[in-house]
Amino acid sequence: MAIFVNENTKILIQGFTGRIGTFHAQEMIDYGTNVVGGVTPGKGGTEHLGRPVFNTVKGAVAETGAEVSIVFVPPPFAADAIMEAADAGIKYCTCITDGIPAQDMIRVKRYMRRYKKANRMQLAGPNCAGTISPGRAMLGIMPGHIYERGRIGIIGRSGTLGYEAAEQLKALGLGISTSVGIGGDPINGTSFRDILEEFEKDDETDAVLMIGEIGGPQEAEGAEYARDHMSKPVIAYIAGLSAPKGRRMGHAGAIVTSFGESAAEKVEILKAAGVAISPTPSDMGSTVAAVVAKLAA
Amino acid sequence: MDIHEYQAKELLSKFGVPIPRGGLAYSPEQATYRANEIGGSVWVVKAQIHAGARGKAGGVKMCRTDEDIWEAADTLLGKKLVTTQTGPQGKLVSRLYIEEGTNIDKEIYLSLVMDRAKERIVVCASAAGGMDIEEITESDPDSVLNVVVDPAVGMQGFQAREIAFGLGIEPELVNKFERTILGCYRAFRDLDATMVEVNPLVITQEGAVVALDAKMSFDDNALFRRPQISELRDKSQEDPRETYASDRGLSYVGLEGDIGCIVNGAGLAMATLDMIKVAGGEPANFLDIGGGASPERVQKSFRAVLRDSNVKAVLVNVFAGINRCDWVAKGVVLAVQELDIKVPVVVRLAGTNVEEGRKIIAESGLTLRAAESLRDAAEKAVAAAKDSNAEAA
Repeated sequence: MAIFVNENTKILIQGFTGRIGTFHAQEMIDYGTNVVGGVTPGKGGTEHLGRPVFNTVKGAVAETGAEVSIVFVPPPFAADAIMEAADAGIKYCTCITDGIPAQDMIRVKRYMRRYKKANRMQLAGPNCAGTISPGRAMLGIMPGHIYERGRIGIIGRSGTLGYEAAEQLKALGLGISTSVGIGGDPINGTSFRDILEEFEKDDETDAVLMIGEIGGPQEAEGAEYARDHMSKPVIAYIAGLSAPKGRRMGHAGAIVTSFGESAAEKVEILKAAGVAISPTPSDMGSTVAAVVAKLAA
Repeated sequence: MDIHEYQAKELLSKFGVPIPRGGLAYSPEQATYRANEIGGSVWVVKAQIHAGARGKAGGVKMCRTDEDIWEAADTLLGKKLVTTQTGPQGKLVSRLYIEEGTNIDKEIYLSLVMDRAKERIVVCASAAGGMDIEEITESDPDSVLNVVVDPAVGMQGFQAREIAFGLGIEPELVNKFERTILGCYRAFRDLDATMVEVNPLVITQEGAVVALDAKMSFDDNALFRRPQISELRDKSQEDPRETYASDRGLSYVGLEGDIGCIVNGAGLAMATLDMIKVAGGEPANFLDIGGGASPERVQKSFRAVLRDSNVKAVLVNVFAGINRCDWVAKGVVLAVQELDIKVPVVVRLAGTNVEEGRKIIAESGLTLRAAESLRDAAEKAVAAAKDSNAEAA
């Protein structure tokens, strides 16, 4: 089954005809992803990469039946694009854009509350590498070929660190059901907890690797969820053990401002919740492998 | 982005927050002139640096005569002020703010922050003003009042009044207090701040409400639409290594160690620093090359990293996704040749075309050391830094 996207999912690209949108849309199509069209206001009625272009997300949904979208719109207009997707009935949206003002994201989150939970779009990101269900659909900017299809779920904030994990797993003969990027921004659409819930329900996922980092409360919330609601094992690595307090480490959200936000504190919280910890970034693959071997035994 | 106290006060006063009269001075002469301009008999000379806890570090001086002011200004200007928030290297004082003295009756702590768990702006206040919030939450957590603002409608008057009454403000001052809090909120919202802290907000013996100190930080992602805030940046308060890198579009954080790092992606960069620590070394910096890892960006990154004279070895760690490793490898070789780099450079490439990339590194004939995995790279970099240090000694 995988989560959020598979070979049949109809996918829409917002910011389709721009330089970045065009490049990654082509990569996604080449991967075999079912891209049904794109949206660029003012270019509706034209064709791009062999797919129809629409002026509005509503128009695109009506015409194509798309239920998932990916946003490549530049930071000043990205929040608007996300809200447009939510309003048009898109079910799952991943936003790649890095650099969206935090107050715009606060407004996006508030806006989405106007929909009942059953009709509310799930947003992943912004500032993430996207979502991939290997061998089925790539909704993102990752190098698809490093992801082997299999039964491990991945949730991570960082793009390249996620690639590192996928490669380590591949080297050990382990594949991935779905890998979901939730992004490095302080206010994001979906947290570790939300995705853990999806993986717990997914019958093609056996274990979940969480790749967190310093800053914010979401890793701790994920730990609590894993302890109270999950039957599947969870493995975690937290980046930033050496990050000084109060310094922003690249990602807008990677900053320790209060208790419980440092890597060491998060590791303690996760351990206490029974989550297996990868002590270094080089042990992500082997820690998962050890946990999975125990499952089989 | 952080700004100075006097800049924050100026901004807040435009939103109706009352501030004491004051003026900026760059020399002792200007400082006494400002004091005379302001008038009165008591003045405060305040060092303007991007850090708090200035009072305890001697950065805030109460003066009663021209001579006092001259002497205070003379001592502070050009000095590196070390407070509990600056780190051991301190921050350079190049501006002073001269302010009229205030007759304090009550000190209140007020701050507005972006709460990541609630995903909203939260207003915090406490009657224990003057102390910092960590001290307050430790010694008297029940004294902290919190109000969460609904972004759809903004902060409401009743929410500000709840804080006022909760703090025991006299009824005749509640209106002034409400206007002050709402002014801080509007400044936060309209200027894309991430933090506003007024500590203390004072009630004077004359019954006025005044922001005696003010701190503001801003969302870097929103600076594109706040040019008036971008202009307030004071590069003299930043680590020069970081200013150099950020002016060139690189995300860099200066650290204390001797292994320079060049990595693509913030998460992988943090993980690389962690791995260096595990291998027994100390990173000199965090650096995310950002998208592309093009030869130009690799070269810029080397320049930024090598400006730090502590650097004894450089670790390049690139996970090439969309780019190919052979292309990144050529960029690294080119940079090392053109910049005539003397320190050992360990290169770890992963991803697309990794074999070709490693071959280019291995056959470059330069002092480049190819590494296989992240662990291998960290261990080689730590060993290389030790070699360099041994040679130097």
